[in-house]
Amino acid sequence: MDYFTVSPAPHIRTQESASRIMLDVVIALIPAGIVSIFVNGVGVLWTILISIVTAVLTEYLIQKFMKKPVTINDFSAVVTGILMAYNLPPGAPWWLAVIGSFLAIALVKQLFGGLGHNFMNPALAARAILLAAWPVRMTTWVLPDAVTSATSSATPLAMMEGTWASASKLPSFLDVFLGNIGGSIGETSSVALLIGAAYLLVRKVISWRIPVTYIATTFILTVLLGGHGLYGAFYQIFLGGLILGAFYMATDYSSSPITPKGQIIMGIGCGILTAVIRIYGGYPEGVSYSILLMNVVTPLIDKYTMPKIYGEGKAHA
Amino acid sequence: MCFNNLKGLRLRRVIFVLQGCLFFNKAFRISLQRDKRPSLRREVFCLASKILPFAGGIHPPHSKHSTEDKKVEICKVPDIVKIPLKQHVGAPCVPLVKPGDKVKWGQKIGQPQGYISAAVHSSVSGTVQSIEEAEQPDGSRVETVVIQNDGKDTPDHSIRPGTLESLNAEELRNIVMEAGIVGMGGAAFPTHVKLSPPPERKIDTVILNGSESEPFLTSDDRLMLEHPEDILYGCKVIMKILGVSRAFIAIEDIMPEAIRILSAKAEGEKGIQVVRLGTKYPQGAEKQLIYAITGRQVPSGGLPMDVGTVVQNVGTAAAISRAVRTGEPLTQRIVTVSGGAVREPKNLLVRIGTSFRDVIDCCGGWKEKPVKILSGGPMMGVAQHTLDVPVTKGTSGIVLFTEKEAAMPEVSNCIRCGRCASVCPIRLMPLLISANSLKGNYEEAEKLHALDCIECGSCSFICPAARPLLQSIQVAKKEILAGRKKRDASVSNDLSEGRTDRNKSNRT
Repeated sequence: MDYFTVSPAPHIRTQESASRIMLDVVIALIPAGIVSIFVNGVGVLWTILISIVTAVLTEYLIQKFMKKPVTINDFSAVVTGILMAYNLPPGAPWWLAVIGSFLAIALVKQLFGGLGHNFMNPALAARAILLAAWPVRMTTWVLPDAVTSATSSATPLAMMEGTWASASKLPSFLDVFLGNIGGSIGETSSVALLIGAAYLLVRKVISWRIPVTYIATTFILTVLLGGHGLYGAFYQIFLGGLILGAFYMATDYSSSPITPKGQIIMGIGCGILTAVIRIYGGYPEGVSYSILLMNVVTPLIDKYTMPKIYGEGKAHA
Repeated sequence: MCFNNLKGLRLRRVIFVLQGCLFFNKAFRISLQRDKRPSLRREVFCLASKILPFAGGIHPPHSKHSTEDKKVEICKVPDIVKIPLKQHVGAPCVPLVKPGDKVKWGQKIGQPQGYISAAVHSSVSGTVQSIEEAEQPDGSRVETVVIQNDGKDTPDHSIRPGTLESLNAEELRNIVMEAGIVGMGGAAFPTHVKLSPPPERKIDTVILNGSESEPFLTSDDRLMLEHPEDILYGCKVIMKILGVSRAFIAIEDIMPEAIRILSAKAEGEKGIQVVRLGTKYPQGAEKQLIYAITGRQVPSGGLPMDVGTVVQNVGTAAAISRAVRTGEPLTQRIVTVSGGAVREPKNLLVRIGTSFRDVIDCCGGWKEKPVKILSGGPMMGVAQHTLDVPVTKGTSGIVLFTEKEAAMPEVSNCIRCGRCASVCPIRLMPLLISANSLKGNYEEAEKLHALDCIECGSCSFICPAARPLLQSIQVAKKEILAGRKKRDASVSNDLSEGRTDRNKSNRT
């Protein structure tokens, strides 16, 4: 008697896998990390590694404890670990990375059901918690050339929060673009982040909708409301976490809308919030708070932007 | 400096050209979308270039290399054929023969019951051994006539040649019905029903579906290459029956030879056009095809005839042509036998009722133990647990998968990447329907239009987490329909109870 496998159609599957997608994100994030290590020193590398190890270990322990299948080889915890590190200031103590990664994985991701079920971007939510708990540590940035003397300085964004009069102290546009500025680990080099983003777009891991509408909205509003004209707005785009947030964090699958229209709303919403927080808010946390706020309304956006299906509404013969 | 300028100029030129292309592309696409009625421009555009107008779709490996160049061979007619009395969508036939009866080739052995049903004929001449329930490729059990073949193929007296010109629409439709012709693309819907639209439905377009978008299958491709005149003749019969003056033969551009040959043959035919379509699965799905060619959308829950269109497979057209010209009922069909495990992949002309085992034997058996046997292609085909099932009117292919081909990736959590939604040709949200179905939340699944799913399987194919999306949507569909039936039943129950109550009160 012959035995054959019986299973429902379709009987062929794509070669793509969830872990391959996550690996692509890891690959895309590498250039920014390398630039940051060069600019901010080797300490950054340790922060990144500690962050990754903590994230993966946390995922492993929780899944063991909850008697669920262990899925640490799908690279999703690695992505969260890297993003967590990228959201810390270069001089952050190691325990800040450990606490941040633990919170991101345990509190935001696993408690809500693991991969695909986190309602917020885990790294950003953890960053917000850390910022509330250790505001000074989280906002102590070190200027690249001041690494040796270890004098702390504000980021250009924080400077701009003050008066434009201190603009003389602001780094040049080229420095901002290439990454020769103070800021969180990952936001240092816009160029490196854009290279990775291009890779993600080519690999079709992310779509243009969220990042492009996000950055465009921020830009337009900064031109209109920022009071520093076009130059100031350009400057703003490459400052702080906007590129990092727009391409790598606002596009998080689980916490962003799945409908095409919804993704555009998400981008525009993030852009408005970022611009408003940056221009009128008290502190330079535009990107992270705007993404977190939009994360929370994602289910609502999805609900109201369901695409029209074939044969619904459109004229017939 | 000079170099820089030159480079800049060249770059600007390239950008300018690119922008021009983009603009034209966009303008065309927009004009296509706006065109609800097929215009001349649209038709010219369809002919001039490949188009991918339907939303979504996937590009699975087409895997047609092993059989696309192989001429159709005649499969050895077995000593015993088992002909099921239901090979179509609709009601089963009642047997017209009993064990011990002599039957001739082409003799009607199953009489259709009800409107949606199709006659069944003997595919050989010989003696009826028994009438028994037997397993079908679709998993059902159906009353089956087992016939011992005498090898003579004595034709039945009912087989009489005719011509298109000498017969009127009603007679032609009758021939199609008497020949037991059903949709040969796999759905097996009785063809005469499709060709009998209610009078209030004005049909103005016939589409012959030659876009064989299922991987591995090449039976339609071979038919188009080897018998283009049958297809065109069948097309004219369909046009005459429906009183339609315009027909399209839609072929994917993966089959350039078929496009060339049919275009050349259709040259002198009035109203028949060959349309070249982009290669994308499910291009051959009825609704997607109608949209691609006419720009019309079949309303949710509706039929192609609601938008004045009738779609027939090219194989069906060829069968109609034979039924009219030679009087031959549907007793054989082309079956592609392929897959990594089969020794000699082939396109075979197989008598209906031949077992899968005999067909595979005709291809030299297998070179490696197959792990999966599919009736149909890998996207929508049905996995078989036995080889003792017959080839029926809807069997377009038999695919034998090796262990490697049949391997399925591990299922993991949905990561909400949205790929399933972006490939869905109906623009459903498979991930949400599936999630609701798995939770038993069928009402929500219904609100998400689960019933509009055409079960093409693109979502399951593309899912990076390998989730069984289609399967869970199918469950939801079944539950929704069962729920509706139940509701209807309880409503009628309530009514009858109400009546008895009233009766009681009348009595008192």
